[in-house]
Amino acid sequence: MALLSKDDAQAILKKVLSYSKADECTVSINATQGGNIRYARSAVSTAGEVTDTSLAVSASFGKKTGTTTINEFDDASLQKVVARAEELAKLAPENPEYMPLLGPQTYADSIAFSSKTAGMSPESRADMVAQSLQVAKEANLEAAGFLVNSSGISAMMNSKGLFAYSPESSVDFSVTFRNREGTGSGYVSNQYNDVSKLDTLALSKIAASKASMSAGAKAIEPGKYTVILEPLAASDILNGVIRGFDARSADEGRSFMTKKGGGTRLGEQLVSDKVTIYTDPLNPELPGDTWNNDGLPIKRTTWIDKGVVKNLSYSRYWAAQKGVEPLPGSNTFIMEGGNSSTEDLIKGTEKGILVTRFWYIRMVDQQTMLLTGLTRDGTFYIENGQIKFPVKNFRFNESPIIMLNNVDELGKAVRSGSCILPPMRIRDFTFTSLSDAI
Amino acid sequence: MKRRDFLNYSGLGAAGMFLQGMPMVGNIISAEEALNPGADTAKKKQMADVALNAARSKGATYADVRIGRYLNQFTVTREDKVQNIVNTESYGLGIRVIANGSWGFAATDQLDNDSIAKAAAMAVSIAKENARLLKEPVQLAPQKGYGEVSWKTPIEKNAFEVPIKEKVDLLLGVNDAAMKAGANYITSLLFLVNEQKYFASTDGSYIDQDIHRIWPAFFVTKIDAATGKFETRNSLSAPSGMGWEYMSAKPADKIKSVTTLYRNSYDMLEDAKLAGQQAGDKLKAKSVEPGKYDLILDPSHLWLTIHESVGHPTELDRVLGYEANFAGTSFLTLDKWQSKKFNFGNKLVNIKADRLQPGSLGAMGYDDEGVKCGQWDIIKDGILVNYQTIRDQAHILGLNASQGCCYADSWSSVQFQRMPNISLQPGKEKKSIDDLIKNVEKGIYIIGDGSFSIDQQRYNFQFGGQLFYEIKNGKIAGMLKDVAYQSNTQEFWNSVGAIADASDYRLGGAFGDGKGQPPQSNSVSHGSATTHFKNANVINTARKIG
Repeated sequence: MALLSKDDAQAILKKVLSYSKADECTVSINATQGGNIRYARSAVSTAGEVTDTSLAVSASFGKKTGTTTINEFDDASLQKVVARAEELAKLAPENPEYMPLLGPQTYADSIAFSSKTAGMSPESRADMVAQSLQVAKEANLEAAGFLVNSSGISAMMNSKGLFAYSPESSVDFSVTFRNREGTGSGYVSNQYNDVSKLDTLALSKIAASKASMSAGAKAIEPGKYTVILEPLAASDILNGVIRGFDARSADEGRSFMTKKGGGTRLGEQLVSDKVTIYTDPLNPELPGDTWNNDGLPIKRTTWIDKGVVKNLSYSRYWAAQKGVEPLPGSNTFIMEGGNSSTEDLIKGTEKGILVTRFWYIRMVDQQTMLLTGLTRDGTFYIENGQIKFPVKNFRFNESPIIMLNNVDELGKAVRSGSCILPPMRIRDFTFTSLSDAI
Repeated sequence: MKRRDFLNYSGLGAAGMFLQGMPMVGNIISAEEALNPGADTAKKKQMADVALNAARSKGATYADVRIGRYLNQFTVTREDKVQNIVNTESYGLGIRVIANGSWGFAATDQLDNDSIAKAAAMAVSIAKENARLLKEPVQLAPQKGYGEVSWKTPIEKNAFEVPIKEKVDLLLGVNDAAMKAGANYITSLLFLVNEQKYFASTDGSYIDQDIHRIWPAFFVTKIDAATGKFETRNSLSAPSGMGWEYMSAKPADKIKSVTTLYRNSYDMLEDAKLAGQQAGDKLKAKSVEPGKYDLILDPSHLWLTIHESVGHPTELDRVLGYEANFAGTSFLTLDKWQSKKFNFGNKLVNIKADRLQPGSLGAMGYDDEGVKCGQWDIIKDGILVNYQTIRDQAHILGLNASQGCCYADSWSSVQFQRMPNISLQPGKEKKSIDDLIKNVEKGIYIIGDGSFSIDQQRYNFQFGGQLFYEIKNGKIAGMLKDVAYQSNTQEFWNSVGAIADASDYRLGGAFGDGKGQPPQSNSVSHGSATTHFKNANVINTARKIG
């Protein structure tokens, strides 16, 4: 029962809710199916198929809540899981932050499901990987990669009449090519909802070309450089920024969104006026969830408009404390760009560094969102509008907030993983040391 | 995979960030159900034989089966509130086979004979599908069958048996102690693990194991509203391969330094009180002047540097390129090992791999491919002498047996090479922490682990910490903040000036070491005594935004 229809999901949830004697009860179902194939040293190393269906019940008496889950769906098991949640609720401590459940809501229909992705099989995955391995063979390179797809549905119903349902699917592909001497390495990765947009052959050729181009890297001094971040590198470093747009931690004084003297930076100019960032679950290139786990609808939301902080996310509890409407946060984002390509950005650069991707990014200081990490799989020196030679990898220490204040030019936005964003030219990006890693 | 996690991290708050990447799959059950004994070994042997026979009949030349019941318990609190109490159970069977020279794996949570046989057949058919793209057949180091054997973590008290109320009272008491000492916020948690694992293989082993782990932790924040600044201080506990006895601090396990340090047991209340004060001290501390400093690294900090700069580069799968697309490869290439003279560190540096160390996270009787666990040298008198291997890699090093480094984080994950405990051996000369500090003219004493980052071949790294103290002319001269050090692995381990003796030896570790695609987590400890490193590059991490 991996891919439940809306009607079937509704029927099961209704039945489970009918067993509940609690003051309030929420029942949810997750069903996923998919598979993966991994290869290294130019041969398949592991492969697997995964199906998983589980049902969760949260029962509340007053402000006490108990939650249980189960993966058996006969009536006796479903009755048992409700009874167990209710027993746990009676034993649980009161949650002072408990919020009464939401009533019925209106959600946009999710566009995140693709039947083509759902139809992938061990054979189709092996065929897609075989194309990538063929590139390795022809270019005399070592390939290591991973292809994983999953499809499923999420559904939720509560005792106040709320019902939500959405199907979704996704496929992720990444591959690293290395030359036999170990002196060059190239990488690509991307994520799609619809597998027909994934071309493992074309992506593999890009990674192979980076592996060849990056061989024989020269060391140049670390320091502040103009950088051109390819969309992958930009998404690596900006991925966590939107998660920091949380009102509660800002109000509590422990976030880069905290204002000196108290309060938040809502309404302030935080970054360059070239920067506009929003979420839109109905963007066809990056379809996302249209409701969150509290049952709140997720709608198009602008987080940064021309550099000004327009919104912070509020949980239902925190919104009630502050007397504002709750606003769900987001795991995906869209950053507006211009019209130029990465090549155009290179052409317009007098002196700089082109970065393919970053690696091992960790928070160094939450107050300023200072991050550290390294460049990887293709770092190049640019002079007078041209790539001159590959350079050794750098460690950086940089805050994405400072970085977004130093935007020079943005290219055309494209999807990279769970965001859409442009390649970007950034001034004064801080590299603090050199790495010998290839 | 973007699966909605209704339960996984909701309500865990700050703690959730620390738990990400750890397997929390399974069903939520009550605390009492976690104490049910589960299937007996006779039943598990019968299920295992069904799987092995089915695999053989479909053409497998080798098969192993793991029947696992994985129990977790999370108790999470924030200030004066309980945020979450969750017990999870995951139970199922994974079967791995070799057919046509290739590996195949399948898993099921349906444990009737038909479903088990189907999973075995699926594993064989996946192996045959993979064999299409095979370059060379799997070569497995010989392994004798042990017959029916068992192993159990030597715990004094099963932490799952301690009533939830006692745990909640402890954590709320910890929060209160930190708040009274000046903290504005605190999240505290207890994370318990019990892996009940049964392994059987066509080599004739039937191995029953019962493995326990515990991790108490807290995260304290202190705010200065006027300046908009804040500082944090995390607990100095070590996740341990122990039972509830870890929570009863013995006076002999406490080491008094600039703060209290803990050896084989932990005083969470005392540490929380100190953390509340120290978070406030950090707000007032001097911001470090960047430059060259000697470092005195406490084991509560050094474990992570060992993990990243010694543990990962000596994983043979990384050396060979199996992790090239994700975790990365390694600078410790086979030629460096073959030369028998690669100076990983100076002569003071002796590093051992150990899967038996009592109290450690990696301790177990047998690994997840039925190999008896042991101990071996990785770095001997500074020279790289060995790696970490599993059965299908042993021949590459000319070994005739695996070193027992195979692990899967769930019955539903395929086992692969994972890190055993990797530990720096204490100094042979009698030396205390004070003896080390005494010999430092300009240095920084670092306690607790903080931010960490290292490149994909494990050359260049940067580490932060929890507490930093300036050392001037052999004496502690006050607290510092905004400290991180950057170095290169080989230079760093060649800069060791002195290592304290065995009386200062302590373990640190992590529950959530990630590797593989799809990612799996591993629990591993790293021991050391306080160590002096000379002339490291220290940077200042303070920045200004807006």
